[in-house]
Order: sequence, then C-alpha cells, then structure tokens
Amino acid sequence: MRISIDFDKCCGAGQCVLAAPEVFDQRDEDGIVILLDPHPPADQYETVRQAEAVCPAAAIKVEQ
Amino acid sequence: MTAAAPSRITVVGASAAGLSVAEGLRREGYPGRLTLIGEEAHLPYDRPPLSKQLLSGQWEADRLRLRDSAAIEALDLDLRLGTRAAALDTAAGEVALADGSRVGHDALVVATGARARRLPGTEGIGGVHVLRTLEDAFALREDVAAKPHLVVVGGGFVGAEAAAVARALGCEVTMVTDTAQPMGDALGDDLGAMLRAVHTEHGVRVETGVLVDRVLTADGRASGVRLVDGRTIAADAVLVGIGARPNVEWLAGSGVPVSGGVVCDATLHAGSGVWAAGDVASWPDPRTGELVRVEHRTNAAEQGLAVARNILAGPERAAPFETVPYVWTDQYDLKIQIYGRTRDADEVRIVEGGLAERRLIALYGRNGRVCAAVGVNMVRALRGYRPQVAEAAELKERSTP
Repeated sequence: MRISIDFDKCCGAGQCVLAAPEVFDQRDEDGIVILLDPHPPADQYETVRQAEAVCPAAAIKVEQ
Repeated sequence: MTAAAPSRITVVGASAAGLSVAEGLRREGYPGRLTLIGEEAHLPYDRPPLSKQLLSGQWEADRLRLRDSAAIEALDLDLRLGTRAAALDTAAGEVALADGSRVGHDALVVATGARARRLPGTEGIGGVHVLRTLEDAFALREDVAAKPHLVVVGGGFVGAEAAAVARALGCEVTMVTDTAQPMGDALGDDLGAMLRAVHTEHGVRVETGVLVDRVLTADGRASGVRLVDGRTIAADAVLVGIGARPNVEWLAGSGVPVSGGVVCDATLHAGSGVWAAGDVASWPDPRTGELVRVEHRTNAAEQGLAVARNILAGPERAAPFETVPYVWTDQYDLKIQIYGRTRDADEVRIVEGGLAERRLIALYGRNGRVCAAVGVNMVRALRGYRPQVAEAAELKERSTP
C-alpha cells in the first residue's frame, strides 16, 4: 500500500487521525496532516481505507 | 424472512454521499450492478471549497474532483450523469429518470442532497446568486471580479465565508443576517460577536437582527435590497445564503416517508429497501430520539459508508448510525471547527485560550452535559475534546481532556 497526501487540500479536520492514529497525525500549529507511515503494514489497510473515505477534503489517496 | 442479497443497487445523487455509498459497496465486495445517477453533469466534486478556494480563484474546478477518473472507473459503475431522477415507483422497484428511461433496483439509496433556498421572486434576476454548485460559484466569481458592492443575505457558513473571500478580492461587502451575530445559530452570541468583530475589522459592514424583505432591481438586475425595517442597501450583486432545502419532491407518491428529509430509522433505512444518506437523510438521534438532519460534508461520507454496510448486512442486521457531527469554516485567518451540535446549547464555557486572542476552545453544554466543542485556531488540540462530546460528558468547571 502506498499513501499520498495532497497537503494543499488538507483542511485539518483530523478525521484521518481518528480513523488510523498509527498512520496519521496532525501538526500542532495548523492541524495539517502528518503522514507517519507512507507504507503501512497490512493490518492497517482497513483503517487507512477508512481514512481515505472519510477525509472531507479528499486529500488522501491510497494505491495498492 | 431473509431477503436475497441485492444484485441491483441504485444510488440517486452523485455527490459526496452517493460516491461514498458506491465506494463503500465495492470496498465491502459487492459484485453486482451499481447505478449512480447524478443530476449535475460533473463527476463527483467537493462543495466546501466552492465558497473558499474556488470563489477566491485559488483553485479551478479540476481541484474539486473528489476522485480521479481512474478511481471512478475502478468502481465499475453504471454512471448516469446529467440525468435527474423524476419519480420512484416503489411497487415496481424502479426509478424513472427525466430522460424517460427507467432503472430497476433491489435496493435504492436516496442521496439527492439539498438545494440552496432562494428569496422569493428573485429567479432570473441578474446579479442575484446562490452558492451550491460549481456553476453557481463560477457565476458569482465572474460578478465578484468586477469588484461590485456585494450584499450577502445570510450570515451562515456560506454567507460568512463568501463575504470574507469577496472582501479579500476587493469588493465592498455588506452582510445582512436575521441572527444576533454572524453564524449566531452555530456559534452562539459570544463567539459570534468575536466573528463579527473580525469581519468588521476587514471592512465588511455587518447588519444583524434584521431580515431582507426583497431584492430591488433596475433594468432587470439587482440594484439593492430592502430590509423589513424599511432601510435599503444599494448593491451591484446579491448573494443569498439562507440555507438549503432537501431534494425530496421526486419521491412524492412513492410511499417513502418524507418530513423535511427522508425519514429513516436509526440504521438509515426508510423501509422497503430504500435507504438515505447525506443532507437529505433524517434519522433519530440515538441520544434524544429526535429526528435530525445534518448538512455537513463529513456526515455525507460517514452515512454513505454506513448505508453501504447496512444494505449488504440486510435490514435485520443493519447497525444504527452513530456519529459526532463535524464541520469547519475558514474565514480570513480563522479556522473554526465544531464537533457535535451547538444549536440547543444553554451554556458555553471557554476552556482553553480566549476570545481576545481569537484562539480558543469552548465547550457547549445542554442540561449540564457537553453537546459540542468548538475550536478557533486550535485545530489539533480540539480533537482531544471530541470524546467528551461523544459521551455527552458532564460539563465541569475545568473540563480539559
């Protein structure tokens, strides 16, 4: 799995962190996403897909 | 009785909620026919940027696409764009489209969203805008480019965001709202007053607590607005941002229960294999039992996924939909985020930061319980308060996480 982020689109909602806290975090100053693991292990695939689906800015793209 | 697994699913509405249903179904392995019907001719696109980056000219339409063509292709859809659903024949299990064709289904998802409310008698008047679709946004952007005096009717999300953008683009802007403060319904008086001060400092004239009676015209174009108190405000363009109405008229006579939105049970099932998701769906709040409808971007995606899972589980095994509503707004250099429902709050406590700094977290309470958490420019920290909203925790003197 490969995750790419469109940082310019990220609106800091933090929905990705709620869905997959081991893969995503947010910057303190503006809430923009931090990608902790661009190639997460298989046990994270489901939560990462969830994060992609619920991101309200469509800023997360997952390729497998 | 266990119904056979559906092999023909139709989703009416090709925006965030409809797309989410389609993606959810395929992700869960649904192999059958999947028809996605959209009134707009565009591939699914995102609406929150319409009143922000698109209006400001920072982004063009291609940046609003929710998924690229390859991702849409991979969903293997029977995609019917630019086609309005005209009627639902529940007995036959068919949707009649405006182009005369009919599409049969075993399960149907109503994700037809909502449309912008207009001021009566303003249709077809030049210079009068609403802001809901790409075309709306482009039309407003074109007018705004001439730096008109823009009157924004309504101080909600759309009105307040558009006022900020138009001001930044050099327009003279007057915002007129019937609430006591801009975004007063969502933020209450104290935060609303802070927001008003921000708009005023940026040069927006803010008229609160007054309704617009009508739009004035000269030569078929907007020339101003008349307020109910008799005053008039001259304008070259008018943006009407007074909320939205759910698109349910096409369901008339179908037997699908409609009251405001499509009335669903807690699983978003409206009966007879008809489900609803997004702005159009009304469902009972698990805590209070009252019917609620949420017009937020994140709700559309979450409900779409929930409906996809529930369709495949079947009505008897469907799970109740539960969420903490989330919405945000960007105005000038402020990012305001809301978890939960502020509307019925009877108490507001600022628990971090302060109004003077314009950087704060406030908990909103109802009957002593946390019903919402609002952050102003405290993006990451606000997330720590979400559990208190989810659990309706007791609102204490210092309710920090």
